[in-house]
Amino acid sequence: MAEQYTEELISGLKKHLSDKEEQDDSCQKLPLELLGGEPNACYDPVERIKNGFIRFKTCKFDKYPEYFQELAEGQHPKFLVFACSDSRVSPSHVLDFQPGEAFMVRNIANLVPHFDQLRYSGVGATIEYAVSNLKVENILVIGHSRCGGIERLMSFPENGSAPYDFIDEWMKIALPAKLKVKAEHNCLSLEEQIPLCEREAVNLSLVNLLTYPYVQKAVANKTLALRGGYYDFVKGKFELWQLSPEVTPVIII
Amino acid sequence: MAILAPTSLSKHPLSSSSTLSQLTTPTIFGSKLKLRETEQTRFSLSTSFKYIFFLLDFSKAYCFLVRSNPGFRLMASKEPVGMTTKLGSDKIETEVGVENGCDLFDEMKHRFLSFKKQKFMENLEHYQNLSNGQAPKFMVIACADSRVCPSNILGFQPGEAFIVRNVANMVPPCESGPSETNAALEFAVNSLQVENILVIGHSRCGGIRALMSMEAEADSSFIQNWVVVGKNARLNTKSAAHNLSFEHQCRHCEKESVNCSLLNLLTYPWIEEKVKKGTLSLHGGYYDFIDCTLEKWTLDYEGSNLKESDKFAVRNQSFWC
Repeated sequence: MAEQYTEELISGLKKHLSDKEEQDDSCQKLPLELLGGEPNACYDPVERIKNGFIRFKTCKFDKYPEYFQELAEGQHPKFLVFACSDSRVSPSHVLDFQPGEAFMVRNIANLVPHFDQLRYSGVGATIEYAVSNLKVENILVIGHSRCGGIERLMSFPENGSAPYDFIDEWMKIALPAKLKVKAEHNCLSLEEQIPLCEREAVNLSLVNLLTYPYVQKAVANKTLALRGGYYDFVKGKFELWQLSPEVTPVIII
Repeated sequence: MAILAPTSLSKHPLSSSSTLSQLTTPTIFGSKLKLRETEQTRFSLSTSFKYIFFLLDFSKAYCFLVRSNPGFRLMASKEPVGMTTKLGSDKIETEVGVENGCDLFDEMKHRFLSFKKQKFMENLEHYQNLSNGQAPKFMVIACADSRVCPSNILGFQPGEAFIVRNVANMVPPCESGPSETNAALEFAVNSLQVENILVIGHSRCGGIRALMSMEAEADSSFIQNWVVVGKNARLNTKSAAHNLSFEHQCRHCEKESVNCSLLNLLTYPWIEEKVKKGTLSLHGGYYDFIDCTLEKWTLDYEGSNLKESDKFAVRNQSFWC
Protein backbone atom coordinates (compact mmCIF):
# COMPACT_ATOMS: atom_id res chain seq x y z
CA MET A 1 0.00 0.00 0.00
CA ALA A 2 2.76 2.38 0.99
CA GLU A 3 4.87 1.44 -2.03
CA GLN A 4 1.94 1.79 -4.40
CA TYR A 5 1.15 5.20 -2.93
CA THR A 6 4.75 6.32 -3.28
CA GLU A 7 4.91 5.17 -6.88
CA GLU A 8 1.73 6.99 -7.78
CA LEU A 9 2.98 10.11 -6.13
CA ILE A 10 6.32 10.01 -7.88
CA SER A 11 4.77 9.34 -11.28
CA GLY A 12 2.33 12.14 -10.64
CA LEU A 13 5.16 14.45 -9.76
CA LYS A 14 7.13 13.48 -12.87
CA LYS A 15 4.14 14.26 -15.02
CA HIS A 16 3.77 17.54 -13.17
CA LEU A 17 7.36 18.42 -13.96
CA SER A 18 7.17 17.42 -17.61
CA ASP A 19 4.04 19.46 -18.14
CA LYS A 20 5.76 22.47 -16.67
CA GLU A 21 5.33 24.68 -19.70
CA GLU A 22 1.64 24.06 -19.92
CA GLN A 23 1.09 24.66 -16.24
CA ASP A 24 -0.98 27.46 -14.95
CA ASP A 25 1.62 30.08 -14.15
CA SER A 26 -0.28 31.25 -11.13
CA CYS A 27 0.92 28.19 -9.22
CA GLN A 28 4.53 28.91 -10.07
CA LYS A 29 4.83 32.61 -9.62
CA LEU A 30 3.08 34.38 -6.84
CA PRO A 31 1.02 37.40 -7.73
CA LEU A 32 2.66 40.48 -6.39
CA GLU A 33 -0.23 41.40 -4.16
CA LEU A 34 0.16 38.10 -2.37
CA LEU A 35 3.75 39.07 -1.74
CA GLY A 36 2.57 42.37 -0.38
CA GLY A 37 4.78 44.11 -2.87
CA GLU A 38 2.07 46.38 -4.16
CA PRO A 39 0.11 48.07 -1.44
CA ASN A 40 -3.54 47.61 -2.19
CA ALA A 41 -5.51 50.69 -1.26
CA CYS A 42 -8.64 48.66 -0.58
CA TYR A 43 -7.17 45.77 1.38
CA ASP A 44 -9.94 43.32 2.12
CA PRO A 45 -8.79 40.83 4.75
CA VAL A 46 -11.58 38.38 3.95
CA GLU A 47 -10.71 38.38 0.25
CA ARG A 48 -7.09 37.88 1.17
CA ILE A 49 -7.87 34.77 3.24
CA LYS A 50 -10.17 33.42 0.57
CA ASN A 51 -7.67 33.91 -2.25
CA GLY A 52 -4.88 32.36 -0.23
CA PHE A 53 -6.96 29.32 0.62
CA ILE A 54 -8.27 28.79 -2.92
CA ARG A 55 -4.73 29.00 -4.22
CA PHE A 56 -3.54 26.38 -1.73
CA LYS A 57 -6.43 24.10 -2.62
CA THR A 58 -5.88 24.47 -6.35
CA CYS A 59 -2.10 24.33 -6.44
CA LYS A 60 -1.42 21.81 -3.71
CA PHE A 61 -4.35 19.96 -2.17
CA ASP A 62 -6.16 19.06 -5.37
CA LYS A 63 -2.91 18.16 -7.12
CA TYR A 64 -1.84 15.61 -4.53
CA PRO A 65 -5.06 14.03 -3.21
CA GLU A 66 -3.47 10.76 -2.03
CA TYR A 67 -0.85 12.60 -0.05
CA PHE A 68 -3.38 14.78 1.72
CA GLN A 69 -5.70 11.87 2.29
CA GLU A 70 -2.92 10.00 4.08
CA LEU A 71 -2.11 13.12 6.04
CA ALA A 72 -5.72 13.52 7.14
CA GLU A 73 -5.53 10.08 8.74
CA GLY A 74 -2.61 11.09 10.90
CA GLN A 75 0.45 13.29 11.08
CA HIS A 76 3.98 11.94 11.46
CA PRO A 77 6.19 14.98 11.38
CA LYS A 78 9.90 14.45 11.80
CA PHE A 79 10.38 17.92 13.23
CA LEU A 80 9.28 20.02 16.12
CA VAL A 81 10.17 23.57 15.18
CA PHE A 82 10.26 26.63 17.40
CA ALA A 83 10.22 29.84 15.43
CA CYS A 84 9.41 33.44 16.17
CA SER A 85 5.93 34.81 15.50
CA ASP A 86 7.56 37.51 13.35
CA SER A 87 5.75 37.73 10.01
CA ARG A 88 9.01 37.56 8.08
CA VAL A 89 10.40 34.26 9.31
CA SER A 90 7.91 31.49 8.68
CA PRO A 91 9.88 28.23 8.41
CA SER A 92 7.37 27.10 5.78
CA HIS A 93 8.92 29.69 3.51
CA VAL A 94 12.51 29.84 4.66
CA LEU A 95 12.99 26.09 4.92
CA ASP A 96 10.10 25.06 2.66
CA PHE A 97 8.35 22.88 5.24
CA GLN A 98 5.38 21.23 3.62
CA PRO A 99 2.13 20.10 5.28
CA GLY A 100 2.92 17.15 7.50
CA GLU A 101 6.62 17.81 7.97
CA ALA A 102 6.90 19.99 11.01
CA PHE A 103 4.93 20.41 14.22
CA MET A 104 5.49 24.08 14.66
CA VAL A 105 5.39 26.38 17.65
CA ARG A 106 5.57 30.10 17.10
CA ASN A 107 5.96 32.56 19.92
CA ILE A 108 7.76 35.79 20.66
CA ALA A 109 11.50 35.30 20.20
CA ASN A 110 11.16 31.54 19.67
CA LEU A 111 11.76 30.84 23.35
CA VAL A 112 11.59 27.55 25.16
CA PRO A 113 11.23 28.06 28.90
CA HIS A 114 12.64 25.56 31.34
CA PHE A 115 10.36 22.81 32.60
CA ASP A 116 7.65 24.35 34.79
CA GLN A 117 4.22 22.79 34.87
CA LEU A 118 2.58 25.71 36.56
CA ARG A 119 3.81 28.62 34.54
CA TYR A 120 4.50 27.40 31.04
CA SER A 121 1.93 24.75 30.28
CA GLY A 122 1.41 26.11 26.75
CA VAL A 123 4.91 25.41 25.53
CA GLY A 124 5.14 22.31 27.69
CA ALA A 125 2.05 20.93 25.99
CA THR A 126 3.62 21.28 22.55
CA ILE A 127 6.85 19.59 23.63
CA GLU A 128 5.00 16.81 25.40
CA TYR A 129 2.75 16.19 22.43
CA ALA A 130 5.54 16.33 19.86
CA VAL A 131 8.06 14.20 21.73
CA SER A 132 5.85 11.73 23.62
CA ASN A 133 2.91 11.37 21.23
CA LEU A 134 4.22 12.20 17.78
CA LYS A 135 7.75 10.98 18.52
CA VAL A 136 9.47 13.60 16.40
CA GLU A 137 13.12 12.93 15.65
CA ASN A 138 14.37 16.48 15.58
CA ILE A 139 13.74 19.67 17.48
CA LEU A 140 14.86 22.81 15.69
CA VAL A 141 14.86 26.21 17.38
CA ILE A 142 15.27 29.05 14.88
CA GLY A 143 16.20 32.56 15.88
CA HIS A 144 16.38 35.50 13.51
CA SER A 145 17.74 38.97 12.88
CA ARG A 146 16.04 42.11 14.13
CA CYS A 147 13.92 40.26 16.62
CA GLY A 148 11.61 42.69 18.39
CA GLY A 149 11.41 40.54 21.50
CA ILE A 150 15.19 40.33 21.92
CA GLU A 151 15.51 44.03 21.24
CA ARG A 152 12.97 44.71 23.96
CA LEU A 153 14.84 42.39 26.34
CA MET A 154 18.20 44.01 25.69
CA SER A 155 16.90 47.52 26.02
CA PHE A 156 14.37 47.38 28.80
CA PRO A 157 15.39 49.33 31.87
CA GLU A 158 16.85 47.22 34.68
CA ASN A 159 14.73 49.00 37.25
CA GLY A 160 11.55 47.66 35.65
CA SER A 161 10.13 51.00 34.65
CA ALA A 162 7.97 51.30 31.51
CA PRO A 163 6.79 47.72 31.71
CA TYR A 164 5.23 46.03 28.76
CA ASP A 165 3.35 43.59 31.01
CA PHE A 166 3.00 40.31 29.17
CA ILE A 167 5.93 40.77 26.78
CA ASP A 168 8.41 41.68 29.49
CA GLU A 169 7.25 38.78 31.64
CA TRP A 170 7.70 36.37 28.75
CA MET A 171 11.08 37.74 27.74
CA LYS A 172 12.45 37.14 31.25
CA ILE A 173 12.94 33.58 30.10
CA ALA A 174 15.84 34.84 27.99
CA LEU A 175 17.47 36.84 30.78
CA PRO A 176 20.45 34.47 31.11
CA ALA A 177 21.24 35.05 27.44
CA LYS A 178 21.11 38.81 27.94
CA LEU A 179 23.36 38.63 31.00
CA LYS A 180 25.88 36.51 29.16
CA VAL A 181 26.07 38.87 26.22
CA LYS A 182 26.27 41.97 28.43
CA ALA A 183 29.02 40.39 30.49
CA GLU A 184 31.12 39.10 27.63
CA HIS A 185 30.60 41.91 25.17
CA ASN A 186 30.07 44.98 27.27
CA CYS A 187 32.35 46.96 25.00
CA LEU A 188 29.98 46.51 22.06
CA SER A 189 27.09 48.83 21.28
CA LEU A 190 23.52 47.72 21.84
CA GLU A 191 23.09 47.23 18.07
CA GLU A 192 26.05 44.85 18.05
CA GLN A 193 24.94 43.01 21.16
CA ILE A 194 21.42 42.30 19.95
CA PRO A 195 22.38 39.80 17.18
CA LEU A 196 24.60 37.99 19.67
CA CYS A 197 21.71 37.73 22.09
CA GLU A 198 19.44 36.47 19.31
CA ARG A 199 21.79 33.51 18.88
CA GLU A 200 22.41 33.02 22.60
CA ALA A 201 18.68 32.85 23.19
CA VAL A 202 18.51 29.93 20.77
CA ASN A 203 21.25 28.18 22.70
CA LEU A 204 19.44 28.88 25.95
CA SER A 205 16.25 27.38 24.53
CA LEU A 206 18.14 24.26 23.46
CA VAL A 207 19.51 23.86 26.97
CA ASN A 208 16.06 24.46 28.45
CA LEU A 209 14.70 21.69 26.26
CA LEU A 210 16.89 19.27 28.16
CA THR A 211 15.04 20.08 31.38
CA TYR A 212 12.00 18.23 30.02
CA PRO A 213 12.30 14.59 31.13
CA TYR A 214 10.98 13.09 27.91
CA VAL A 215 13.36 15.23 25.85
CA GLN A 216 16.26 14.23 28.06
CA LYS A 217 15.38 10.58 27.70
CA ALA A 218 14.96 10.71 23.93
CA VAL A 219 18.23 12.63 23.48
CA ALA A 220 20.04 10.12 25.68
CA ASN A 221 18.55 7.29 23.65
CA LYS A 222 19.62 9.11 20.49
CA THR A 223 16.12 9.07 19.09
CA LEU A 224 15.95 12.85 19.21
CA ALA A 225 18.40 15.48 17.95
CA LEU A 226 18.41 19.11 19.07
CA ARG A 227 19.39 21.76 16.57
CA GLY A 228 19.65 25.51 16.59
CA GLY A 229 19.23 27.81 13.61
CA TYR A 230 19.54 31.51 12.86
CA TYR A 231 17.91 33.22 9.89
CA ASP A 232 19.45 36.53 8.96
CA PHE A 233 16.99 38.19 6.60
CA VAL A 234 19.15 41.27 6.29
CA LYS A 235 22.03 39.38 4.70
CA GLY A 236 20.00 36.46 3.36
CA LYS A 237 21.89 33.84 5.36
CA PHE A 238 21.01 30.84 7.46
CA GLU A 239 23.10 29.20 10.18
CA LEU A 240 22.44 25.73 11.51
CA TRP A 241 24.10 23.85 14.36
CA GLN A 242 23.48 20.89 16.61
CA LEU A 243 23.57 20.47 20.36
CA SER A 244 25.49 17.32 21.20
CA PRO A 245 25.45 16.31 24.83
CA GLU A 246 28.53 14.46 25.99
CA VAL A 247 28.10 11.03 27.47
CA THR A 248 30.78 10.23 30.03
CA PRO A 249 31.59 6.91 31.63
CA VAL A 250 29.64 5.96 34.72
CA ILE A 251 30.97 7.44 37.94
CA ILE A 252 30.26 5.14 40.85
CA ILE A 253 30.22 7.14 44.03
CA MET B 1 -4.05 4.03 11.42
CA ALA B 2 -2.49 4.39 7.99
CA ILE B 3 1.18 5.17 8.13
CA LEU B 4 2.46 7.71 5.72
CA ALA B 5 5.03 6.28 3.34
CA PRO B 6 8.39 7.19 4.79
CA THR B 7 9.52 10.16 2.85
CA SER B 8 12.92 11.59 3.46
CA LEU B 9 12.99 15.35 3.40
CA SER B 10 14.95 15.54 0.20
CA LYS B 11 12.31 13.71 -1.79
CA HIS B 12 9.29 15.56 -0.48
CA PRO B 13 6.94 15.72 -3.45
CA LEU B 14 5.41 19.05 -2.53
CA SER B 15 8.67 20.84 -2.00
CA SER B 16 9.43 23.34 -4.72
CA SER B 17 13.10 22.91 -3.91
CA SER B 18 12.94 19.26 -4.92
CA THR B 19 12.28 20.29 -8.49
CA LEU B 20 15.62 22.07 -8.75
CA SER B 21 18.65 20.20 -9.87
CA GLN B 22 21.10 19.51 -7.09
CA LEU B 23 22.87 22.70 -6.20
CA THR B 24 26.60 22.59 -5.93
CA THR B 25 28.43 24.36 -3.16
CA PRO B 26 26.81 27.74 -3.11
CA THR B 27 29.57 30.06 -4.16
CA ILE B 28 27.05 32.55 -5.52
CA PHE B 29 26.12 33.49 -2.00
CA GLY B 30 29.59 34.29 -0.85
CA SER B 31 31.85 32.03 1.13
CA LYS B 32 31.09 28.37 1.03
CA LEU B 33 28.84 27.12 3.75
CA LYS B 34 30.53 24.72 6.08
CA LEU B 35 27.98 24.57 8.76
CA ARG B 36 29.47 22.01 11.00
CA GLU B 37 32.86 23.66 11.14
CA THR B 38 31.47 27.14 11.28
CA GLU B 39 29.40 26.58 14.36
CA GLN B 40 32.35 25.50 16.45
CA THR B 41 34.22 28.71 16.13
CA ARG B 42 31.19 30.91 16.34
CA PHE B 43 30.10 29.74 19.73
CA SER B 44 33.39 29.10 21.48
CA LEU B 45 32.95 31.69 24.18
CA SER B 46 34.95 31.77 27.34
CA THR B 47 33.19 30.63 30.46
CA SER B 48 33.87 30.62 34.12
CA PHE B 49 32.47 27.48 35.64
CA LYS B 50 30.80 24.23 34.88
CA TYR B 51 27.19 23.60 35.53
CA ILE B 52 26.48 19.93 35.31
CA PHE B 53 23.21 18.18 35.58
CA PHE B 54 22.71 14.47 35.71
CA LEU B 55 20.15 12.07 34.58
CA LEU B 56 20.57 8.85 36.48
CA ASP B 57 18.97 5.64 35.61
CA PHE B 58 19.94 2.41 37.17
CA SER B 59 22.21 1.18 34.47
CA LYS B 60 23.91 4.26 33.15
CA ALA B 61 24.74 7.76 34.15
CA TYR B 62 24.52 10.44 31.56
CA CYS B 63 26.29 13.65 32.15
CA PHE B 64 25.25 16.62 30.11
CA LEU B 65 28.06 19.06 30.23
CA VAL B 66 26.73 22.53 30.01
CA ARG B 67 29.00 25.31 31.05
CA SER B 68 27.31 28.25 32.50
CA ASN B 69 27.30 31.47 34.48
CA PRO B 70 26.73 33.87 33.09
CA GLY B 71 26.95 32.07 29.79
CA PHE B 72 27.27 28.64 28.43
CA ARG B 73 29.05 26.82 25.69
CA LEU B 74 27.46 24.23 23.59
CA MET B 75 29.61 21.59 22.11
CA ALA B 76 28.73 21.64 18.52
CA SER B 77 29.00 18.40 16.73
CA LYS B 78 32.68 17.64 16.25
CA GLU B 79 32.22 14.76 13.93
CA PRO B 80 29.76 13.88 11.27
CA VAL B 81 26.50 13.23 13.02
CA GLY B 82 26.37 9.79 11.50
CA MET B 83 28.68 8.67 14.33
CA THR B 84 27.30 8.07 17.76
CA THR B 85 29.02 8.40 21.08
CA LYS B 86 29.71 5.21 22.94
CA LEU B 87 27.33 4.58 25.77
CA GLY B 88 27.95 2.47 28.84
CA SER B 89 28.11 -0.64 26.72
CA ASP B 90 30.50 -0.90 23.84
CA LYS B 91 28.12 -1.11 20.96
CA ILE B 92 28.00 1.64 18.43
CA GLU B 93 24.38 2.11 17.59
CA THR B 94 22.87 3.88 14.71
CA GLU B 95 19.72 5.63 15.78
CA VAL B 96 16.90 7.03 13.76
CA GLY B 97 17.48 10.63 14.73
CA VAL B 98 21.13 10.41 13.86
CA GLU B 99 20.92 8.34 10.71
CA ASN B 100 19.54 11.26 8.72
CA GLY B 101 21.89 13.78 10.39
CA CYS B 102 24.21 14.38 7.43
CA ASP B 103 21.32 14.26 4.98
CA LEU B 104 19.37 16.62 7.15
CA PHE B 105 22.02 19.33 7.23
CA ASP B 106 22.39 19.05 3.47
CA GLU B 107 18.66 19.13 2.94
CA MET B 108 18.18 22.20 5.13
CA LYS B 109 20.95 23.93 3.23
CA HIS B 110 19.41 22.98 -0.10
CA ARG B 111 16.00 24.23 0.92
CA PHE B 112 17.26 27.50 2.29
CA LEU B 113 19.28 28.19 -0.82
CA SER B 114 16.27 27.40 -2.99
CA PHE B 115 14.20 29.86 -0.97
CA LYS B 116 16.94 32.41 -1.29
CA LYS B 117 17.27 31.95 -5.04
CA GLN B 118 13.60 31.59 -5.95
CA LYS B 119 12.03 34.06 -3.58
CA PHE B 120 14.49 36.23 -1.69
CA MET B 121 16.70 37.27 -4.59
CA GLU B 122 13.76 37.46 -7.00
CA ASN B 123 12.07 40.02 -4.78
CA LEU B 124 15.09 41.64 -3.22
CA GLU B 125 13.63 45.09 -2.86
CA HIS B 126 10.58 43.74 -1.09
CA TYR B 127 12.70 41.68 1.31
CA GLN B 128 15.00 44.62 1.96
CA ASN B 129 12.00 46.75 2.87
CA LEU B 130 10.74 44.00 5.13
CA SER B 131 14.08 43.75 6.89
CA ASN B 132 13.65 47.36 7.97
CA GLY B 133 10.35 46.67 9.64
CA GLN B 134 7.27 44.52 9.50
CA ALA B 135 3.73 45.83 9.20
CA PRO B 136 1.52 42.76 9.00
CA LYS B 137 -2.20 43.30 8.73
CA PHE B 138 -2.98 39.99 10.39
CA MET B 139 -2.28 38.23 13.58
CA VAL B 140 -3.09 34.55 13.23
CA ILE B 141 -3.48 32.08 16.06
CA ALA B 142 -3.27 28.58 14.68
CA CYS B 143 -2.59 25.10 15.95
CA ALA B 144 0.94 23.71 16.00
CA ASP B 145 -0.34 20.70 14.00
CA SER B 146 2.01 20.03 11.07
CA ARG B 147 -0.88 19.99 8.62
CA VAL B 148 -2.28 23.45 9.25
CA CYS B 149 0.46 26.01 8.83
CA PRO B 150 -1.18 29.30 7.82
CA SER B 151 1.71 30.02 5.45
CA ASN B 152 0.67 26.94 3.50
CA ILE B 153 -3.09 26.77 3.77
CA LEU B 154 -3.80 30.48 3.61
CA GLY B 155 -0.76 31.42 1.56
CA PHE B 156 0.48 34.11 3.91
CA GLN B 157 3.70 35.50 2.50
CA PRO B 158 6.62 37.00 4.44
CA GLY B 159 5.45 40.21 6.04
CA GLU B 160 1.75 39.48 5.98
CA ALA B 161 0.88 37.71 9.18
CA PHE B 162 2.23 37.65 12.70
CA ILE B 163 1.63 34.05 13.67
CA VAL B 164 1.25 32.31 17.01
CA ARG B 165 0.99 28.55 17.05
CA ASN B 166 0.16 26.48 20.09
CA VAL B 167 -1.69 23.28 20.91
CA ALA B 168 -5.31 23.61 19.77
CA ASN B 169 -4.97 27.29 18.79
CA MET B 170 -6.14 28.54 22.17
CA VAL B 171 -6.26 32.02 23.59
CA PRO B 172 -6.30 32.10 27.38
CA PRO B 173 -8.33 34.89 29.02
CA CYS B 174 -6.63 37.93 30.49
CA GLU B 175 -7.18 36.84 34.09
CA SER B 176 -5.15 33.67 33.60
CA GLY B 177 -2.00 35.77 33.76
CA PRO B 178 1.04 36.08 31.49
CA SER B 179 1.62 33.43 28.88
CA GLU B 180 3.33 33.14 25.52
CA THR B 181 0.05 33.70 23.70
CA ASN B 182 -0.88 36.94 25.39
CA ALA B 183 2.68 38.24 25.12
CA ALA B 184 2.31 37.81 21.38
CA LEU B 185 -1.11 39.47 21.49
CA GLU B 186 0.33 42.45 23.29
CA PHE B 187 3.08 42.83 20.73
CA ALA B 188 0.83 42.37 17.70
CA VAL B 189 -1.98 44.62 18.86
CA ASN B 190 -0.14 47.37 20.73
CA SER B 191 3.18 47.48 18.94
CA LEU B 192 2.52 46.26 15.40
CA GLN B 193 -1.07 47.50 15.45
CA VAL B 194 -2.47 44.68 13.36
CA GLU B 195 -5.94 45.26 11.97
CA ASN B 196 -7.18 41.68 12.12
CA ILE B 197 -6.86 38.73 14.45
CA LEU B 198 -7.78 35.36 13.01
CA VAL B 199 -8.14 32.34 15.27
CA ILE B 200 -8.23 29.24 13.09
CA GLY B 201 -9.16 25.77 14.28
CA HIS B 202 -9.02 22.55 12.33
CA SER B 203 -10.32 19.04 11.97
CA ARG B 204 -8.98 16.09 13.94
CA CYS B 205 -7.27 18.30 16.47
CA GLY B 206 -5.35 16.22 19.01
CA GLY B 207 -5.56 18.96 21.62
CA ILE B 208 -9.34 19.21 21.39
CA ARG B 209 -9.56 15.45 21.54
CA ALA B 210 -7.52 15.55 24.74
CA LEU B 211 -9.87 18.24 26.11
CA MET B 212 -12.94 16.16 25.32
CA SER B 213 -11.36 13.02 26.78
CA MET B 214 -10.35 14.57 30.08
CA GLU B 215 -11.75 12.75 33.06
CA ALA B 216 -10.81 15.23 35.71
CA GLU B 217 -9.46 18.75 35.58
CA ALA B 218 -6.40 18.13 37.70
CA ASP B 219 -3.81 16.17 35.81
CA SER B 220 -0.07 16.01 35.73
CA SER B 221 0.30 16.30 31.99
CA PHE B 222 1.14 19.56 30.29
CA ILE B 223 -1.36 18.90 27.55
CA GLN B 224 -4.28 18.73 29.91
CA ASN B 225 -3.07 21.67 31.99
CA TRP B 226 -3.07 23.71 28.79
CA VAL B 227 -6.22 22.56 26.99
CA VAL B 228 -8.29 23.20 30.09
CA VAL B 229 -8.27 26.81 28.79
CA GLY B 230 -11.00 25.52 26.47
CA LYS B 231 -13.18 24.10 29.20
CA ASN B 232 -16.12 26.34 28.28
CA ALA B 233 -16.02 24.96 24.77
CA ARG B 234 -16.21 21.47 26.20
CA LEU B 235 -19.15 22.42 28.43
CA ASN B 236 -21.01 24.01 25.52
CA THR B 237 -20.34 20.98 23.37
CA LYS B 238 -21.47 18.51 26.00
CA SER B 239 -24.71 20.39 26.42
CA ALA B 240 -25.41 21.05 22.73
CA ALA B 241 -24.13 17.84 21.19
CA HIS B 242 -24.30 15.20 23.89
CA ASN B 243 -26.32 12.88 21.66
CA LEU B 244 -23.69 12.85 18.94
CA SER B 245 -20.80 10.43 18.60
CA PHE B 246 -17.49 11.30 20.24
CA GLU B 247 -15.99 12.14 16.86
CA HIS B 248 -18.79 14.56 16.07
CA GLN B 249 -18.56 16.07 19.51
CA CYS B 250 -14.86 16.70 18.94
CA ARG B 251 -15.64 18.40 15.67
CA HIS B 252 -18.24 20.57 17.36
CA CYS B 253 -15.77 21.42 20.11
CA GLU B 254 -13.09 22.37 17.56
CA LYS B 255 -15.37 25.16 16.35
CA GLU B 256 -16.68 26.07 19.82
CA SER B 257 -13.13 26.45 21.01
CA VAL B 258 -12.47 29.03 18.30
CA ASN B 259 -15.48 31.01 19.51
CA CYS B 260 -14.31 30.73 23.11
CA SER B 261 -10.93 32.05 22.08
CA LEU B 262 -12.60 34.99 20.33
CA LEU B 263 -14.48 35.78 23.52
CA ASN B 264 -11.28 35.44 25.52
CA LEU B 265 -9.66 37.98 23.20
CA LEU B 266 -12.25 40.50 24.35
CA THR B 267 -11.20 40.04 27.99
CA TYR B 268 -8.08 42.06 27.14
CA PRO B 269 -9.11 45.71 27.59
CA TRP B 270 -6.74 47.00 24.92
CA ILE B 271 -8.22 44.54 22.44
CA GLU B 272 -11.83 45.30 23.31
CA GLU B 273 -11.17 48.99 23.00
CA LYS B 274 -9.86 48.64 19.45
CA VAL B 275 -12.66 46.29 18.44
CA LYS B 276 -15.18 48.83 19.74
CA LYS B 277 -13.48 51.60 17.78
CA GLY B 278 -13.47 49.50 14.66
CA THR B 279 -9.68 49.49 14.22
CA LEU B 280 -9.38 45.79 14.97
CA SER B 281 -11.52 42.92 13.64
CA LEU B 282 -11.73 39.48 15.17
CA HIS B 283 -12.25 36.53 12.85
CA GLY B 284 -12.79 32.86 13.48
CA GLY B 285 -11.88 30.14 11.00
CA TYR B 286 -12.12 26.38 10.67
CA TYR B 287 -9.98 24.37 8.26
CA ASP B 288 -11.19 20.89 7.47
CA PHE B 289 -8.29 19.00 5.90
CA ILE B 290 -10.39 15.95 5.17
CA ASP B 291 -12.44 17.73 2.51
CA CYS B 292 -10.23 20.79 2.14
CA THR B 293 -12.82 23.34 3.10
CA LEU B 294 -12.54 26.56 5.01
CA GLU B 295 -15.21 28.26 7.07
CA LYS B 296 -14.71 31.80 8.17
CA TRP B 297 -16.72 34.22 10.25
CA THR B 298 -16.22 37.66 11.79
CA LEU B 299 -17.26 38.65 15.28
CA ASP B 300 -19.93 41.34 15.13
CA TYR B 301 -19.21 43.42 18.21
CA GLU B 302 -21.90 46.00 17.52
CA GLY B 303 -24.54 43.34 17.05
CA SER B 304 -23.61 41.40 20.17
CA ASN B 305 -24.77 41.94 23.70
CA LEU B 306 -21.83 40.53 25.53
CA LYS B 307 -22.78 41.93 28.92
CA GLU B 308 -25.94 39.82 28.93
CA SER B 309 -24.71 36.65 27.37
CA ASP B 310 -21.58 34.81 26.32
CA LYS B 311 -22.91 34.33 22.80
CA PHE B 312 -21.89 36.78 20.16
CA ALA B 313 -23.26 37.71 16.77
CA VAL B 314 -21.29 36.99 13.62
CA ARG B 315 -21.20 38.55 10.20
CA ASN B 316 -19.56 37.72 6.89
CA GLN B 317 -19.89 34.03 7.48
CA SER B 318 -18.36 32.21 4.51
CA PHE B 319 -17.64 28.69 3.44
CA TRP B 320 -15.13 27.86 0.73
CA CYS B 321 -14.64 24.50 -0.85
